[in-house]
Amino acid sequence: MVIPDLQLTIQADLTTAIVGESGSGKSTLLQLINGLVVPDTGSVLIDGVLLDYANLTRVRRQMGYAVQGAGLFPHMTIYDNVTLMARLESWSSDRIEQRYQYLFDLLDLDQDFADRFPNSLSGGQQQRVSLCRAMMLNPPLLLLDEPFSALDPITRRGIHEEFTRLQAAESRTIVLVTHDIAEAAKLAQQLVILKEGNIVQQGTLQMVAANPADEYVANLMRLQGVSS
Amino acid sequence: MKRAGVFRGLLLSFSLGFWVSLGLLPGVAQAESKPIVVASKNFGESYLLAEMLSQLLEANGQKVERRFGLGGTLVCYEALTNGEIDVYVEYSGTVGQAILKQPGSLSMDALNEQLQPLGLELLDSIGFNNTYAIAIKQALALERGLDTVSKLASNSDLRIAFSLEFLNREDGWPGLKRAYGFTGQPTGIEHGLAYQAIDQGSIDITDAYSTDGDLERYQLVTLLDDKRYFPEYVAAPLVRQGIDAKTRQTLNLLAGMIDDDTMRRLNGEVVVQNRTFAEVANSYLFTVGLLTKETDQSSVIWDRLVKNTITHLQLTSIALLLGCLFGLAIGVLVYRSPGVSRVMVYLAGLMQTIPSIALLALMIPLFGIGFVPAIIALFLYSILPILRNTITALLTIDPLLKRVADAIGLTPRQQLRYVLLPLALPNILAGIKTAAVISIGTATLAAFIGAGGLGEPIVTGLALNDSNLILQGALPAAGLAIMVELLFELLERVLVKPHMLKGVLPD
Repeated sequence: MVIPDLQLTIQADLTTAIVGESGSGKSTLLQLINGLVVPDTGSVLIDGVLLDYANLTRVRRQMGYAVQGAGLFPHMTIYDNVTLMARLESWSSDRIEQRYQYLFDLLDLDQDFADRFPNSLSGGQQQRVSLCRAMMLNPPLLLLDEPFSALDPITRRGIHEEFTRLQAAESRTIVLVTHDIAEAAKLAQQLVILKEGNIVQQGTLQMVAANPADEYVANLMRLQGVSS
Repeated sequence: MKRAGVFRGLLLSFSLGFWVSLGLLPGVAQAESKPIVVASKNFGESYLLAEMLSQLLEANGQKVERRFGLGGTLVCYEALTNGEIDVYVEYSGTVGQAILKQPGSLSMDALNEQLQPLGLELLDSIGFNNTYAIAIKQALALERGLDTVSKLASNSDLRIAFSLEFLNREDGWPGLKRAYGFTGQPTGIEHGLAYQAIDQGSIDITDAYSTDGDLERYQLVTLLDDKRYFPEYVAAPLVRQGIDAKTRQTLNLLAGMIDDDTMRRLNGEVVVQNRTFAEVANSYLFTVGLLTKETDQSSVIWDRLVKNTITHLQLTSIALLLGCLFGLAIGVLVYRSPGVSRVMVYLAGLMQTIPSIALLALMIPLFGIGFVPAIIALFLYSILPILRNTITALLTIDPLLKRVADAIGLTPRQQLRYVLLPLALPNILAGIKTAAVISIGTATLAAFIGAGGLGEPIVTGLALNDSNLILQGALPAAGLAIMVELLFELLERVLVKPHMLKGVLPD
């Protein structure tokens, strides 16, 4: 996906949803932030500092990442999946255990999962585990690429609640990519509406709903039944 | 962390196997007294004489290593000059033509003069002359009063069939025809069938080797080469110059001991009476007083089977270990680039298409004979399945998992270690298993270049048309292949979680 010309500032400590149809460039935009996509021109700044492409692994450990389909490593147990990076960061086992327990409780996951493999969990459970993995190192920034899109509506509603709890428990900057504006309205404070690689509109839900920038945005809000 | 240890464990067990194998290598384990390596070519008479020399050396308290059944003059000569073997029985005519490239018959002294610059030496002649001969049924010879080739030339009504090789060799029929003035044109026949044909009376005359044991079996006699046309093929031990006096003395014990008739009879004992070389050699040496006691040769078979199996395992395990190291390393290095991957898989596949016997032969000018070239050839063979499976396995990993592994901040090396290789492991193991089974099969051919192993009885059996002997190598080799298959299944069960085995490519 080509994003020709774009300027976007993500506000710290808030959840920003990037909303758009498939092909609008929203995933590409997200992957620019953690360096999975390198821009031909232009730059990415984190806290005012240029993204350090020579030290991407260090940069990425400061950014949790969760995707549609969860992407858990099938050969590792749930415990190993969640705690892998903490072990590589040489955390003490006490600290790892504590953080793991805390996240598992927060996301309402069963303690028995620890020694099981991902294939024995449901899609919703896997996605919760993948959020745990993303949060394990307590990163200041969380990047979520349509993590809830493949789930059935009931499961999604449940995981939305846990996500809200998670936002309340630890304040951090979250970028959530979704095609579902209702989800964005529910989980995010800031909206960025993307169409064919361009930002059509950005602002709070109230601002966007009250003043849709064009017919496209207005339709989007109406179709998804979002109202201020 | 448990999973992370898998590859280290795998590597450890392989390298352990490697060092154990090295420890068992001849020469390392027996460094205290270097054995004399006695070799033979891959036909019965050569085996029998080599066995006699070996038993004589052993009776004189020397350690002997038998490298029997080497594939031809060139292999033996190469092996002797570069010190891989110490002695084998060669024929004067062969020395002249194949080694020195001199036409005609040379005396032993003349040959030794020319061998001098090559650093080789023919010891004293064993006595007999195994040259081409014209064979005829004894009864027919008596009836016609035939005893010389000259008389045959004037009996134009006899049906003559010669082996194709003899018909076409310059020192065979073309020269014979000129020397004796033959008029007719003989038909061609496969050498193996000629004796039966003559036995059933469909032909009267064929070519033979003068000490051929089959002459006894079919009651054939040879006609005297009265114009001394055929070159001499006098047998004598060929050694490097400067062997120690004791060894020389022992090897020369056979000098002049065996004439044409005796050699023919001894060869006959092997092919007609189905006795082993060791038995025939032993009883003959005892009869003529060169050995003081007859030894029971039955335990030797078992010892040799164990020794051959160990050698076979050494060959395959070392080759497989190298194949794993290179196959994995190359696979990991190139899988990201589809172009280079294709080239590497293509090259490895090309190696596979070279017939194994040809690949082994190609090794001789580069690495000589014996263990090393055999391992290199087997290693080249084992690379393809491992490399191909490694590349395929790494390429077919779910791209989402690759992206996640990258995005959560694993370094490239950590991605390989914690995600990519464990995910590829089932396929890689399947590749290693294929390579192992191929190696065990191909290693049976390594006996042709003197590497020993279970191919040794097979090669000998082929030379003698002895299916018992062939089975002595083939059955254990098949058993090994099955065991390796089972071993890898076990390894797979230990290293790979059952749910990870789904979707493994068939190998």
